[in-house]
Amino acid sequence: MIEIRHLSKTFSSGEGEVNALHDINLTIADGDVYGIIGMSGAGKSTLVRCINMLEKPTSGTVVVDGRDMGALTTAELRQARRDITMIFQQFNLLMQRTCLQNVCFPMELSGVKKAAARKRATELLELVGLPDKAGAYPAQLSGGQQQRVAIARALATDPKVLLCDEATSALDPNTTAQILGLIRDINAKLGITVVVITHQMNVVKEICKHVAILDRGTVAEEGLVSAVFAAPKSEAGRRLVFPGRVDETVSDPARQGQLRVVFRDARTTGIPMVARMAREKNILASVISATTQPIDGETYGGMLLSIPHEQMAEAKAFLSSIANLTVEEVSERV
Amino acid sequence: MYSGLFSADSVAQALQCLKTEIPFAIWETFYVTVVSTALAVAVGLPLGVLLVAGEKGGVLPLPGWLMKALNVVINLLRSIPFLILMIMVFPLSRLLIGTTVGTTATIVPLVVAAFPFIARLVESSLREVDPNIVEAAASMGATPLQIITRVMIPESVPSLLSNVTIALTTILGYSAMSGIIGGGGLGQIAINYGYYRYKYLVMLVAVVLLIVLVQIFQTVGTRLAVKSDKRLKH
Repeated sequence: MIEIRHLSKTFSSGEGEVNALHDINLTIADGDVYGIIGMSGAGKSTLVRCINMLEKPTSGTVVVDGRDMGALTTAELRQARRDITMIFQQFNLLMQRTCLQNVCFPMELSGVKKAAARKRATELLELVGLPDKAGAYPAQLSGGQQQRVAIARALATDPKVLLCDEATSALDPNTTAQILGLIRDINAKLGITVVVITHQMNVVKEICKHVAILDRGTVAEEGLVSAVFAAPKSEAGRRLVFPGRVDETVSDPARQGQLRVVFRDARTTGIPMVARMAREKNILASVISATTQPIDGETYGGMLLSIPHEQMAEAKAFLSSIANLTVEEVSERV
Repeated sequence: MYSGLFSADSVAQALQCLKTEIPFAIWETFYVTVVSTALAVAVGLPLGVLLVAGEKGGVLPLPGWLMKALNVVINLLRSIPFLILMIMVFPLSRLLIGTTVGTTATIVPLVVAAFPFIARLVESSLREVDPNIVEAAASMGATPLQIITRVMIPESVPSLLSNVTIALTTILGYSAMSGIIGGGGLGQIAINYGYYRYKYLVMLVAVVLLIVLVQIFQTVGTRLAVKSDKRLKH
């Protein structure tokens, strides 16, 4: 279990201090696949680096399996890092070593005998689907294959936790799906707790059970993926789930306001609400953006409507009367 | 000064010299260059590692004053012209070798001149290593020493090889200069015959041979560097 309590991280640079993380509290259960999602600069990478102390938190604690990571000596910390391994966006393989030697590397560090290390590395390359690439160098592999080698390397020390820092962000959609499938398999087969850092909604939807949404260094909301996606409670959450990006030019803020409508289930998505609003209430809304997506077998939709200010209250009241639908006025232009 | 360069006399003397003195001089130059480079690498490599690993935020941060002192000493040694440095290290040569003249004695000033240069070259090679790879190694629980010996140095081998080649050719040039203080080798032949005895053809032969040596070192070095680099697909 990973328990993050009141974690804050402040970077001080020449120009002053940057609050990268502020009072983060998260609990990640054993065997979970936990997503941490946020826009660039939200503090995701800093947060994941605080778990294995590549970044020292300014305050707060990280406890992994009962061990307070911040209180360990450097030698103990190095030992602990064998249980919490990591994969990266740029794979970070040793370019002058073969794949097999790369997978052997962490075992070499911990003093495993060469023959035993090679045997285990061979098995791991098989597990990640690259049994024939043992003698190849990373430069001869595709990005997806390199990430597979990196995963094999991360598994070499039998870790309890696998941290994935934007592990699929450099890959194309097909390869992303394959790598995510592999991570899911590993989680299921080996019971390793997986922490996934990403800015891609699809990654969270694909493999995570729980998710935390990080926004400007704080946790905006967290919970089961299905719950968060069904009804995002925070502004940051809605922005991620229903990214209705609007330009100033789309509507004139002097005359029109914007409403964000989030609805779920097939019955609700079947209601022609914009048409009904026009016919029954004579409100002429224009649709700025609309999307539907299946999450956990249900259909969710989001819509951004532009409505004249004088009809805003009426429109809100009308939409609120429909079941399974939440509506809010968008004040901030995102 | 080049009139009568190819007179019968001059050519005969050059041929004579090619047969008698030059083969041994080639060997001397080769030996002095290679041994000096090897020793300079032995001193310069660890220093270059310290320059990168020891800085703030490096894998093995050292006290700031120590890093400053290291940098000052290296810059200082690099600013002294080789011709002067050769004379300045006479006491050191006498202490280590017992003499200040001769082929072996010139190894001392060559090493003193070359190791700070090599430290800087090593520094630039190690800085090319992707810091993300270093971070990855740290995330696996590597000690600073393991990061240096198993990540930073092996990952920069191709760059180190091409930089050592640069050092080798530079040291070859310096070794020729040491002919002035009786250093032996092709440099001494060029100076003795060309400068003291006005036998320019012999001097030119010696220079051409130095050029050939540089070409050989550079070609072999480049080839080794390329061959060792597994980032290239071949």
